[in-house]
Amino acid sequence: MLSDITIGQYFPGNSLLHRLDPRMKLTLTLLFIVVVFLPQNWFGLLAVVAFLGGILALSHLPVKLLWRSIKPVLFLVAFTSVLNMLYVSGEGEPLLAFWVIKIYPEGIATAVFISIRIVCLIAGSSLLTYTTTPTALTDAMEYLLSPLKVVKVNAHELAMMMTIALRFIPTLMEETDKIMSAQKARGADLESGGLMQRVRALIPILIPLFVSSFRRAYELAMAMECRCYQGGEGRTRMKRLQTARRDWVALAVYVAVVVALIGLNILFGSSLK
Amino acid sequence: MPMLKAEDVRFQYEYENEAPQIVLRGINLTVEKGSFVALLGHNGCGKSTLAKHFNALLLPTGGRVLVEGMDTAAEANTYPVRRLVGMVLQNPDNQLVSTIVEEDVAFGPENLGLPPAEIRQRVDEALAAVDMTAYKDHSPHKLSGGQKQRVAIAGVIAMHPDCILLDEPTAMLDPKGRQEVLDTICRLNREQGMTVVLITHYMEEAALADRVVVMEGGMVLEDGTPRQVFAQVDKLRALGLDVPQPTALCAALRQHGIDLPADLLTPEECAAALVQRIQDRKA
Repeated sequence: MLSDITIGQYFPGNSLLHRLDPRMKLTLTLLFIVVVFLPQNWFGLLAVVAFLGGILALSHLPVKLLWRSIKPVLFLVAFTSVLNMLYVSGEGEPLLAFWVIKIYPEGIATAVFISIRIVCLIAGSSLLTYTTTPTALTDAMEYLLSPLKVVKVNAHELAMMMTIALRFIPTLMEETDKIMSAQKARGADLESGGLMQRVRALIPILIPLFVSSFRRAYELAMAMECRCYQGGEGRTRMKRLQTARRDWVALAVYVAVVVALIGLNILFGSSLK
Repeated sequence: MPMLKAEDVRFQYEYENEAPQIVLRGINLTVEKGSFVALLGHNGCGKSTLAKHFNALLLPTGGRVLVEGMDTAAEANTYPVRRLVGMVLQNPDNQLVSTIVEEDVAFGPENLGLPPAEIRQRVDEALAAVDMTAYKDHSPHKLSGGQKQRVAIAGVIAMHPDCILLDEPTAMLDPKGRQEVLDTICRLNREQGMTVVLITHYMEEAALADRVVVMEGGMVLEDGTPRQVFAQVDKLRALGLDVPQPTALCAALRQHGIDLPADLLTPEECAAALVQRIQDRKA
């Protein structure tokens, strides 16, 4: 069933990571990207891997879950590795020389270094979506983007759109299922033929889906008006986001890690070519 | 002061190159506080259009609509009117906004700018009133149609309206869901004194109301208690409307010369009257 698809990747739990304020988690995730790109040598990278391992342990998430998020980027990892091996040249003799291809030990080292970096980046940022409900993420985004009011970006409207989109994904999935069955019942062939033929077979599914989406949008707008919706102005929230001491401690830890990584860079210099 | 008052309300859709489509042709209707009114009529008779006038979704092109004395045509009254008169639509899927049940119920009170503690309290009360407290953390798309519709009702009553308009709220539900929603509506009306205006195609639902209004061609045709209105079986049938099954049965038996009252609504009343007839004949 199409409607079985999960929205977001939230993995329910009650770990420290789950309980952090979503605004802080979003901030820390951005900071984590900085953390991943800071190290210039193996000691720094090792520290990042250890740090990620620590966060992972705190999240109580199964490691299998991380594998699920890394799998789609494996191609990217392989691709950059090959490029690095081919393009990074070293001072000594190449390990392998064949036609125009020369592979140096330095190239392999760089490839491994960058691969670990990418994997850490993906694993670290997917922890955010694994431990935060889409609703909490939306609220956090609304809060963090609210200063953009100055440049006429309406954070509330963006968040509202995202909430409605999340709300309607399963509904529209179900509808797609229904329309597909209806068209199949009338003899539509969705599973055979070449690419073009299959794309063309999608048209009788997409058109009714669009039409009904617009009808839904119209009705939803009316229902929202009935419930006195007037935009973000003068609106309050039932659930207020609240930062606790753990949020500030987490921030302090991240800042300490950033400082430590800069220290390691100064201490050991760069080992990257 | 009546809850809702329509004074010679006229409404038409204007088109650029075509003649205007006249939907309401002078409606006069007063709905008292605490009453339960069923609005009947076949498709296109203007009943939904009339309902939309009662919460300022549409403004009359002639006449006026008063909600607790407030004229809906005044722009300053739009939101006060919508707070007093909640509306539940036919398709429950298209009126839920949020991905979590309790947050959806909170949507209305949040729009009113209430303090968070009060919203919390109202949401809990509203969910309890529709018997959906157990599902407050659920995602709406995993609920049954009847449950979704009850959440939609909770979302309306969390705004503490005085009146609730329901536009065919059971049309897309299975029999069990219908019964759940109807029980909820009746309870709100009897226990909390909520004024209810129910648009429906089901005559059994209309029989639950204490007043039935029949519309045809943008006008009010019949207005009275369910007994008075449904007693006119032939007239309703001529309009393409049905009557409750017990009433229809009695009418059919009367045609065969069996003397039965014309204003029976429930199966129990009907059965009692039939038993009475049989005993009379034996005696």
